[in-house]
Amino acid sequence: MNGNAASKAAVGRVVAHRRISPHRIGAMVQRYWYLLMSSWPRLLELIYWPALQIITWGFLQRFISENAGFFARAGGTLIGAVILWDILFRGQLGFSISFLEEMWARNLGNLMMSPLKPIEFLISLMIMSLVRLAIGVIPMTLLAFFFFGFNFYSIGLPLIVFFCNLIFTSWSIGIFVSGLVLRNGLGAESIVWTLMFGILPLACIYYPVTVLPHWLQYVAWSLPPTYVFEGMRALLSDHVFRADLMIEAFAINVALFVASFAVFLALLRSARRHGALLQGGE
Amino acid sequence: MTRNDTASPLSTADPAGSAAIEVADLVKLYKATRAVDGVSFRVARGSITGLLGGNGAGKTTTIAMIMGLVLPTSGRIHVLGHSMPEQSADVLGRMNFESPYVDMPMRLTVRQNLTIFGHLYAVADLRDRIAQLAADLDLGDFLDRANGKLSAGQKTRVALAKALINRPELLLLDEPTASLDPDTADWIRQHLETYRKTHGATILLASHNMLEVERLCDRVIIMKRGRIEDDDSPDAIMARYNRTNLEEVFLDVARGRIRQSAP
Repeated sequence: MNGNAASKAAVGRVVAHRRISPHRIGAMVQRYWYLLMSSWPRLLELIYWPALQIITWGFLQRFISENAGFFARAGGTLIGAVILWDILFRGQLGFSISFLEEMWARNLGNLMMSPLKPIEFLISLMIMSLVRLAIGVIPMTLLAFFFFGFNFYSIGLPLIVFFCNLIFTSWSIGIFVSGLVLRNGLGAESIVWTLMFGILPLACIYYPVTVLPHWLQYVAWSLPPTYVFEGMRALLSDHVFRADLMIEAFAINVALFVASFAVFLALLRSARRHGALLQGGE
Repeated sequence: MTRNDTASPLSTADPAGSAAIEVADLVKLYKATRAVDGVSFRVARGSITGLLGGNGAGKTTTIAMIMGLVLPTSGRIHVLGHSMPEQSADVLGRMNFESPYVDMPMRLTVRQNLTIFGHLYAVADLRDRIAQLAADLDLGDFLDRANGKLSAGQKTRVALAKALINRPELLLLDEPTASLDPDTADWIRQHLETYRKTHGATILLASHNMLEVERLCDRVIIMKRGRIEDDDSPDAIMARYNRTNLEEVFLDVARGRIRQSAP
């Protein structure tokens, strides 16, 4: 290769490294896929908890619907809420666990030192959250159908809107907690598992927002999932699709997503300043 | 490269003709601790430079700052003619590293790991490259074994294969032969020498192994408490301390003994 060709090749390589690269994102997805396929306990766990959830709550729903007029009318509200909650919760866990795998493997330094960009890393985690979610939630919906006669997919097109809003929230929280672990090491790992439960009572998953004290309702309405669960109840109980709620949820989600990405970058910079990327432990 | 080079200003023009690494007035503070305290040096392209020093001397922090894993408190770093970390996207694909502070994913096989990193570094002929590294580093017998099931020596060879996957122009190595038996360590050194000769690569390595440094390095930078204590060729440093090997020089520096002659 002559000098001119070599320098052109070098420039080409640099340009390739500056852009967001689907190739690098694909490499990371491949990395997590290899990991998932190499470990049956990891695969089993993806299905185990959602299945347990749906069976427990499904029987509860059956009991209540046989004994209460309201729930009999709002058939499937509880099971629907359980499945949507699992999309939110498992979506975040799917994102964060893939991130934690890098911490557990002490591989973060290798990645941060490679041409992989933070945004590419995060996109690969989002894709893996969808993959893991599909492995866990699709069997859950089938169980709901065959055991309790609840066809989750009969929600139709609104389901796509519910799903998009919930998955965006789960990614935002996933990005935020991953940043915290990046900065503070595995000592902050428990936040990954517990933060989502902090919004559980406020997102009004199993009851309407009006149940909350008036002042707490303002807090609830600042969370995108609240709009989704209200929308789901309106759809299943009153057969009304509340597009207004979904648009508001989407607007909050966009703000939340941008904010969490900015916080992640700030925490990454702080981790670099404090030498945390070399430590990665507790 | 001599001690005089340490005072050279950072060059920004003609990146291709500049030094592989140029560091000026580098400082890293961790709260009140000065991990690196005003370090300046240049590393010529195609050379092997050793960073020597006891535990806590600042070697790993210096290398981590050159790689962009740690941000300096102050000072400037140019790698392959580009300012770090601002222009890291321009150079990360042209360099690589090996360190005992990072591991390769344990559950993935050696081949899977090398494939992932090959894709991350956009290695065009990846299958051939992995086959070549497997032959060069004798990985063939365990290429399809999980990384976690390898011996320490095998893991080190795999880590080196990962560090060489993109044919880096600059290789940063932090204690590359730590915890290896003498035979494997010698084997790794031989491979590094060959790689430097065949690819014209620059190597900066931090090591506690004085024999390794004497054998591999054109130049040695000795650090102590975050500062550069001495910087020259191994022969010149040994002559200056009136010693016959770097181990004795290391002990002189570590214990604060005065040099036999002025530099």
